[in-house]
Formats: sequence, C-alpha cells, structure tokens
Amino acid sequence: MTHARTVEIAVGAFVAAGLAALFLLAMKVSNLNVVGSDEGYHVSARFDNISGLRVRSPVTMAGVRIGRVSEIRFDPNTYQAVVTMRISEQYDQLPLDTSASIYTSGLIGEQYVSLDPGGDFEFLQDGSELMLTQSALVLEQMIGQFLFSLGDGDKD
Amino acid sequence: MILDWLQALGQRALSFFQRLGRGHITLYYLLIAIPSVLLRPRLLLQQIYSVGVLTLLIILVSGLFVGMVLGLQGYNTLVRFGAEQSLGTAVALTLLREMAPVVTALLFAGRAGSALTAEIGLMKTTEQLSGMEMMAVDPNKRILAPRFLAGVISMPLLSLIFGAVGIMGGYIVGVGLLGVDEGAFWSQMQANVDMREDIWNGIIKSMVFGVVATWIAIYEGNDATPTSEGVSRATTRTVVHTSLAVLGLNFILTALMFGD
Amino acid sequence: MAQEETAPLVRIRGLRFARGERMIFDGVDLDIHRGGITAIMGPSGTGKTTLLKLIGGQLRPLAGTIEVDGQNVHRLSRDRLYQLRKRMGLLFQSGALLTDLNVFENVAFPLREHTRLPESMLRDLVLMKLEAVGLRGARTLMPSELSGGMARRVALARAIALDPMMVMYDEPFTGQDPISMGVLVKLIRRLNDALGLTSVVVSHDVQETASIADYIYLLSGGKVVGQGTPQQLGDSDSAWAQQFLKGEPDGPVPFHYPAPDYVEDLMVGSEGARS
Repeated sequence: MTHARTVEIAVGAFVAAGLAALFLLAMKVSNLNVVGSDEGYHVSARFDNISGLRVRSPVTMAGVRIGRVSEIRFDPNTYQAVVTMRISEQYDQLPLDTSASIYTSGLIGEQYVSLDPGGDFEFLQDGSELMLTQSALVLEQMIGQFLFSLGDGDKD
Repeated sequence: MILDWLQALGQRALSFFQRLGRGHITLYYLLIAIPSVLLRPRLLLQQIYSVGVLTLLIILVSGLFVGMVLGLQGYNTLVRFGAEQSLGTAVALTLLREMAPVVTALLFAGRAGSALTAEIGLMKTTEQLSGMEMMAVDPNKRILAPRFLAGVISMPLLSLIFGAVGIMGGYIVGVGLLGVDEGAFWSQMQANVDMREDIWNGIIKSMVFGVVATWIAIYEGNDATPTSEGVSRATTRTVVHTSLAVLGLNFILTALMFGD
Repeated sequence: MAQEETAPLVRIRGLRFARGERMIFDGVDLDIHRGGITAIMGPSGTGKTTLLKLIGGQLRPLAGTIEVDGQNVHRLSRDRLYQLRKRMGLLFQSGALLTDLNVFENVAFPLREHTRLPESMLRDLVLMKLEAVGLRGARTLMPSELSGGMARRVALARAIALDPMMVMYDEPFTGQDPISMGVLVKLIRRLNDALGLTSVVVSHDVQETASIADYIYLLSGGKVVGQGTPQQLGDSDSAWAQQFLKGEPDGPVPFHYPAPDYVEDLMVGSEGARS
C-alpha cells in the first residue's frame, strides 16, 4: 500500500510540475498577461512607411510602454499605412495633439511606436486619430543619403 | 540479375507494408481499449510513473544544459549586432517551438520508449501475454493501452517542463553570467512569444510526438520475435524509428505551423 | 443429463494446421473425456503445445473442428471465447508468471480481473489455492526467487484460481529434478480428483505420464499413431508405440532427419568444392 501511495504522490507531483511549467510559460514568457487584457481604448495613426512595425509591437511614451499595436492596415486611397494602437485605460489623459513616431530599439532591434505629448487640453478618446506622425527611418535610405552627402562633400 | 534485384525490392516493399498494416492494427486496438483504461485509473497511474516520472530527471538536466548552451551561443551571435537584449526572445522561441518538443521526444525514445519495448517484448517472450489471454484477460486492455495512454499524457508535460527549465538555463547564463539586462531579457521575450502561436503549437507538436513515440515502442515490443535477440533488435528499432519519425514529422509540423 | 456427462469435454475432428510450409497436424481426431487425465504424447516437435493453443482458441486451424463443452471454439465471438477461457486453465511450460507481481498477487490476478470479491475473501481463496500446491508460505516471494518446479506450482494455483472445468498442462515435467517431478505428478492427480477437473497433460516423459494418465494419445507426423490406456499401449504390438515407450533411437521414427543418400551427398560436396 505504501508503494502505491509513493507512486501516486510522485505522479501527482509530476503532473503539478507540468502544469506549473505551463503556467510559468504562459505568464512569464508569453504575452498572454499583456495582450489578454482587453481593456483600454484604441487610437489610430497614418504613416507613410512603417518599415518592420508589426502587430503587438510596443507603444511607448517617454520610454514607458503604455500600449500595443493592435492592427495594421493599408489604405489604398492615400497609399498610407493605418496603424491602430490599444492604449491602457489608466493612461486616459493624453493630449489630443500627441504625435507618433516609429523608432528602432538598437541598431537592428525591434521597432516600436513612440508617442510625444502635445499641449492640448482635450484628451484622446477611443477612435481618435493622431494627426502628427513621423514615419520609420529606413536604414538603407539613411545609409544611402549618408553616402550621397559624403560624395558631395568630397567634391567641394 | 535485374529480376533478382526487382524481387528483392518487391520483398522489401511487401514486408514494409505488412509491418505498416500490423502497426495500424495495433494502433486501432490501442485506441478502442482506451475507455477501459479510464475505468481503471490505478493502472494508468502506475504507468505514468514508470513512463513519465522516471524520465523526469533526464529531462530536467538536459533542459537546463540545452537552455544554457542556447544562452551562450545566442549571446555570442547577438552581441555582434548590439542586440543582446533579444537573447530572451531567441532562447524562448528556439526552445518552445523546436527544442523542447523534439529533444524531449528523442530523450523519451531513449529512456521510456526502449524500456517499453523491452518490457513488452520480454513479457511476450516469457509467454506472459499469452498466459494472460488464456486467463481471459485482454493484454491490449491490461498491458498495452495503459502504457500508450501514459506516454501520450506524459510527453506534453515533459516537454513543458523541458521548456521552462531551458528558459531558466538561458536566464542563468544570459543574465547571471553574461550580464544581459534582466528587464530587457524578460520584456523582449514577452513581447515576442505568443501564447497560441508559439506555446500552444509546441504543445500540439509534443502531443503528436507522444502518440507516435509510444505507438512505435508498443508496436515494436508486441511485434518482437520472442527471443532475446529479437527483443534487443526491437529495442534498437524503437529508438531509431522514433527518432527518424520525430525529426521528419517535426519538419512537416513546423512547415504547417510556422510556414507562412 | 446422463448423456452430457458421458459426452467428451473436448472433441477434435479432422484437425489440420500448418506453420508456414510445414504441416503440423494432418487430420487429427481426439476425444478428451470428462473427469479423467488424458495424456497427449509424442516426440519433440510434433506440435503438442500447438494443440493446446488451438484448444484454447489462440491459434486457428486450417481445417477441422475443435469443440469444448459442445461449443466450437473457433466460431465463438471474442466475448464468448473469453467466457469459455475463464473455465479453462493452461499451465505454460515456463509458468508464464507475471514477473512484476509476487506469488500471492499472481494467484490473485485472475480473481481481481474477473471478480469483485472483498479483499478478505480474496485473500482466503488465494491462500486455499496456494495451500493446495503447498506454497502458502512462499506467498511474498517474487517469481525470480522461485525454482522452476515452484514456479510451475504457483502457475498451477493460478490456473485453478477460477475453479475451471479443465486444466491443460504443457510439458509439466520437463527439466525438473526427481523430487519436484514427483510432487507435480502427485499434484496433478490429486487436484484432478479432488476438484473434479478434467486434465490434459502434454508430455514426452513416458514413465511419469503413464503413471497418472487414464488415457493416452500418441502423436507423430501430424497424426494419431496410437491410443489407449497405458496398459493397452504397453501391450500393443505397434512398432511405433514400442519405440516411443521404450525410448529406442531408431524405428518408425527414424534417427536421421530426411536427407539425400549419404554417399551421393558426400560426392556432391566434393564436386561443389572443386568447381
């Protein structure tokens, strides 16, 4: 009987360890705890070029993450990308004239949307659109321009 | 000359299809015996112990070391591009999508699969299965199906534990030894690891591997020639066939899951 | 009722069975009568064990019928066959004990699988069966700790655990020392009479088998070549029976496996080596 008991306890511990691993992976490793919350409000912004921005990329203000990209669309009328972001509801006092830029963290790191607050007294609401945007800096273009200007400088 | 060669080829093909057929008959009997296993949870528990719990130690140790190596190699590569903050992402994605299901299945074949084959093969050799049949006890229900179900249940659990321990290993090396920022390690990981896309797909993979690995082990044991040489050959075949099947299936599953 | 008592328990008619190319039974007729010990004897390799597996329904014959207690074994559904098997015990040559269970649990195994007896009653039953084979004191041993003779006695206790109508013994005397051989001989006879069993003993040990059998069938070359009580067979003038019972090396069963002529064979060999 004691042997059967040992077996049962061991199997119980094994299954518990497996479930604990799943819990750890879900909560600590994956984005389940971040995206799973459906709270917050949506704002959109139009960019000429979003480069490598993807759904679930972070949205930051002053370097602090306040939301995530929830949808990326292409608008065939204006030939622009429409990026919808979900902002956590605790940050509901962002000025209406806030501007959005796409930056890269590190040289080849992931891309994110950075919001810069304006001075308006009205606040962004669900469905608002950010009017001031700055597109992503594309590395190849920058290098191209840099080399081009370098060439110009040599001529002088 | 050509006829001899053709005949040899034909014989091989025929015996291959015969084995395939017998394998599927075995699987069919295993599946229809599962309800009767669920009525006797004690048998199942005993088998989860010998298939799952006894494989746990090798999974823990291997998971830790694989994670540590991934941390070391990932850091060496990423640091050249100044992207060492992505170490957490690299380690977690490599582990959860590929390493945890595949390495767990390979270790499972070596530790539990070979033991299953040898045990069933020996029971057949010593006429225990035959004796059970003569006592009006169906060996499919009493011996084979509990082992099958135990393997199918244990594999995803083992794979999850492998993944979690591996990420710990990557954390120890990356953050503890090489000085990657702890916050960046976890936040980058969270930003890029998706519950459904990465973790759930990894679990599905290990479920498929659990069915295949246990099925092969039980089939080879039950189909072994009842001599000591036959059992030893069957054990070897279990490890070889399971490894090949797991690696091949892994490619197909990866293409289906992450292909687009 | 009277007729049922006299009808044979096992009736085999026109049995044919082959392993690959080799014919093992080629038209065997056999009757096993209730309440007696029937011995089936023959040289090694005549398929005696195969015959037991055919009776137990583990193998299917090519042709012919095997009826046990009036039921054709190979026409039964799987469930009915399992019902029938509960009433038959088969003692394998190796004992076929479950190596991961001790002696007590081995004997308890068929009871646990087929009945829902309370633990105390199950314990009494198992100890009764173990007492019958004289191994009540060995109940905690594992099969690996038993001698060959003891393992067979445990297997015998297990075979009678469900109080079957018939017990089949596959080579019970092979490889036993004289003492455990004597024990087994006595046990088979005693259990048969005390429990009202029908026993089938497959063996090639002439003396021991003849001492307990009520009726003997001699098998050779896939056919029944002699039958009768031990007395009748001993007195018969069949060359085959005499050769087998007295253990003479050459006779109707030739010493040589069928082969081409010896001298010719040697000549071929030297030619083969030359070319």
